[in-house]
Amino acid sequence: METSSHDILIIGGGGAGLRAAIEIAELDPKVDVAMVSKVYPMRSHTVSAEGGAAGVAGKDDSVDEHCYDTISGSDWLGDQDAIEFFCNEIPKELLRLEHWGCPWSREPDGRIAVRPFGGMKKMRTWFAADKTGFHLLHTLFQTSLKYATIARYDETFATRLLVEDGAVRGVVAIELRTGKIRAIQAKAVIIATGGCGRVFPFTTNANICTGDGMALAYRAGAPLKDMEMVQYHPTGLPFTGILITEAARAEGGWLLNKDGYRFLQDYDLGKPTPTPVLRSMELGPRDRVSQAIFGEFEKGRAFHGPYGDYVHLDLRHLGEHKIETRLPMVRELCLKYENIDPVREPIPIRPVQHYMMGGVHTDINARTSLNGLLAAGEAACVSINGANRLGSNSLGEILVFGARAGRSAIETVRASGSGNETAILAQARDEERRLEENFLHKTGGAERIAKLRDEMQRAMESGCGIYRERNSLVASANKLRELRERAANLAIDDHTRTFNTQLTAALELGYMLDVAEAIVHSALDREESRGAHQRRDFPKRDDQKYLAHSVAHQAAEGPPRIEYHPVVITRWPPGERVYGR
Amino acid sequence: MSDTIILEVARFNPESDAEPSYESFEVPLRPDWMVLDGLNHIKDQLDGSLAFRWSCRMGICGSCGMMVNGVPTLTCETLLMNYAPGPVRVGPLDHFPVVRDLVVDLDDFLAKLQKVRPWVVRKDDFKPAREFIQSPAQLESFHQFSLCINCTLCYAACPVYGLDPNFIGPAAIALAHRYNLDSRDQGIEDRLDIVSRHEGIWDCTVVGECSTVCPKHVDPSLAIQQYKLTATKEWFKSFLLPRGKH
Ligand SMILES: Cc1cc2nc3c(=O)[nH]c(=O)nc-3n(C[C@H](O)[C@H](O)[C@H](O)COP(=O)(O)OP(=O)(O)OC[C@H]3O[C@@H](n4cnc5c(N)ncnc54)[C@H](O)[C@@H]3O)c2cc1C
Ligand code: SF4
Ligand code: FES
Repeated sequence: METSSHDILIIGGGGAGLRAAIEIAELDPKVDVAMVSKVYPMRSHTVSAEGGAAGVAGKDDSVDEHCYDTISGSDWLGDQDAIEFFCNEIPKELLRLEHWGCPWSREPDGRIAVRPFGGMKKMRTWFAADKTGFHLLHTLFQTSLKYATIARYDETFATRLLVEDGAVRGVVAIELRTGKIRAIQAKAVIIATGGCGRVFPFTTNANICTGDGMALAYRAGAPLKDMEMVQYHPTGLPFTGILITEAARAEGGWLLNKDGYRFLQDYDLGKPTPTPVLRSMELGPRDRVSQAIFGEFEKGRAFHGPYGDYVHLDLRHLGEHKIETRLPMVRELCLKYENIDPVREPIPIRPVQHYMMGGVHTDINARTSLNGLLAAGEAACVSINGANRLGSNSLGEILVFGARAGRSAIETVRASGSGNETAILAQARDEERRLEENFLHKTGGAERIAKLRDEMQRAMESGCGIYRERNSLVASANKLRELRERAANLAIDDHTRTFNTQLTAALELGYMLDVAEAIVHSALDREESRGAHQRRDFPKRDDQKYLAHSVAHQAAEGPPRIEYHPVVITRWPPGERVYGR
Repeated sequence: MSDTIILEVARFNPESDAEPSYESFEVPLRPDWMVLDGLNHIKDQLDGSLAFRWSCRMGICGSCGMMVNGVPTLTCETLLMNYAPGPVRVGPLDHFPVVRDLVVDLDDFLAKLQKVRPWVVRKDDFKPAREFIQSPAQLESFHQFSLCINCTLCYAACPVYGLDPNFIGPAAIALAHRYNLDSRDQGIEDRLDIVSRHEGIWDCTVVGECSTVCPKHVDPSLAIQQYKLTATKEWFKSFLLPRGKH
């Protein structure tokens, strides 16, 4: 077994991981920092983000207003201290990106341009056309190349956290190209592994979004917070689930049912106007807009297609010039994947799983409840997103809390003694044995990975989708238990060390089953409706009982143990969410 | 028309094979399936050991480049239907060492990216309290060259890189050019040195195979031609300036 050691190890090379690495390299070049990523960093899922990143920019705007939009958007489940910190920091982070070369779109006078976004009362979303995540990720990656002190293990897949005496001391990871199993020791480990959309069948998320880091933390004893809060984005292309960015509506796009009617007016989201009005109609928050589309499906006012019901997103009235300059990627995606030109035809869309508000439970400094373990980005839950994230707050979150995690990790390193290396390496060898016995040398299993994955995804959609209820959730939970048992009997036909993607698919399935279980049980225990979590059997928000974060601990046997932690309320007492009136 | 199509897929396992071979699989031919969907069908249903890279399946992460019927192609955004009735031959990208099946070794490419210093270089310490002012026209001047997704299709298409792996190559030059043209950057001299010292750039003709295959219209060939021009000018300057001092 190959071993190496660093001061800080970051798992994940997306926006959060890269931002953490740069922060560490800038703050203290003597700190030895390394990054493990299962894909080359610039392939990370941050690359897919389209619409933009919110940060107060205009004179007519204020941090308090950004806070209020985020808090009401979160249905009061976001922690207000974290949100205030976030809203204060984000403009500085976006500016830093500008200084690092991010090609932000500009006003005619050369200043940064901002656009409206759903649930935001002011125009404050910075954007780089509709490839914001792509530019942000490449800017961070390219800037990181400047720092010789950042070591990288590219295409290296983390399989387990090493925990000794209550503190995280490193990871075991497989180098994909050679199949070598490595023990990488560190005094602090940052989880920046992104989301877990692939536990659902229909998602905007990339193939790599399998919740690995959430499961690694969960297994090591760090609990997962608010896992029932799963965001559906209103506008996905029906077959692929490819996202049509909210910016399409921010630029003035309309949602129409099969009668050509702007149906959002029937769902307490305001009255239609020819040009977009902030926090109203098509610029409502994602949970409410997705639920409204679902409502049209149920009323039979949608189109029926081969991949289920859909409604229209109409951009035609924006004209070719605006579509080409502000939404070029939307046009490119529609042409390539649906053979539709949005300049001439409306786009068929349906709600699609998009984002995890929940994740590894951290405090405002990105620390988890395990010593030496930090988390940031979509894998973490601070929480600033509560029960519903506002579009364009996530790119900000990965920057602000990525940097924060880097800073905290340096403090951890300075305070940390040396661990018991013999015990740590013994653990690593156990993991090596597990990988070899259960996968690399395994013969004779009967279950196909793809089949189990498929059944899991269907169980999640049917039981734990936009609307949930006790019976459907219990059925999903039972199904997940069954799948977990069957997963012990996987058929492995690839016993090669070199770039074994069947091995990684099998490990990812294991991660997803753990994460799915946390989602379902957290959803089962929350007997109210709030934000993205809509229970048919408990249709009202219940602040008496559930103005609280769910925190799921993995149990040795059986379902997770769920605790509740109070939400931090500072200046904004819980109120009604009002849009369009 | 038949509702299936044959994919002939390159197989190479360095632990057991002396050289690559092709294996045929029959996959469904659906109107909305991309070449990548065909490969995933093989992996999920027929042979779980097939190795290839993919992630975003929306043409932006740059992972899924392969040779399809001999042409460097982004497989997640290219319809299988385009190749009906088949068979379709899918292989690893040309000019790169093969790791396994459709997976190639990208170490050399990553090293080249780093070499061109793809970050904003400031010779002064100027950091405006707000943003650098950059007009839409200034942004436009480099924007196209900032759209590269690092898919390396242009390397697989480049005849010069095929002959001389030392050639820094289309995407890396486009990236250097992107920063040189950015009004916020002052690193042009550093980058000229790195790029023009490599012989390759002068061997590149205007044929532009790289730009033909580029799925994101970066036009690396244009970047190379413009780069040569700037390099020549700067090169002359470097002779003139020291003399001016004496
Ligand atoms: C289509 C789409 C559009 C979006 N648009 C917007 C938008 O406009 N605005 C906005 O604010 N947000 C947007 N989002 C959300 C936002 O993009 C993500 O939440 C954010 O980019 C997540 O970044 P991250 O750094 O946490 O994770 P990622 O970028 O997903 O990175 C995760 C990293 O972890 C690594 N990793 C994972 N598992 C392992 C393992 N086992 N071993 C080693 N490495 C591992 C991966 O290799 C990767 O490098 C969008 C999301 C999608 C899907
Ligand atoms: S220049 Fe084009 S072909 Fe070359 S790597 Fe970039 S996107 Fe791919
Ligand atoms: S899978 Fe990302 S570009 Fe094809």
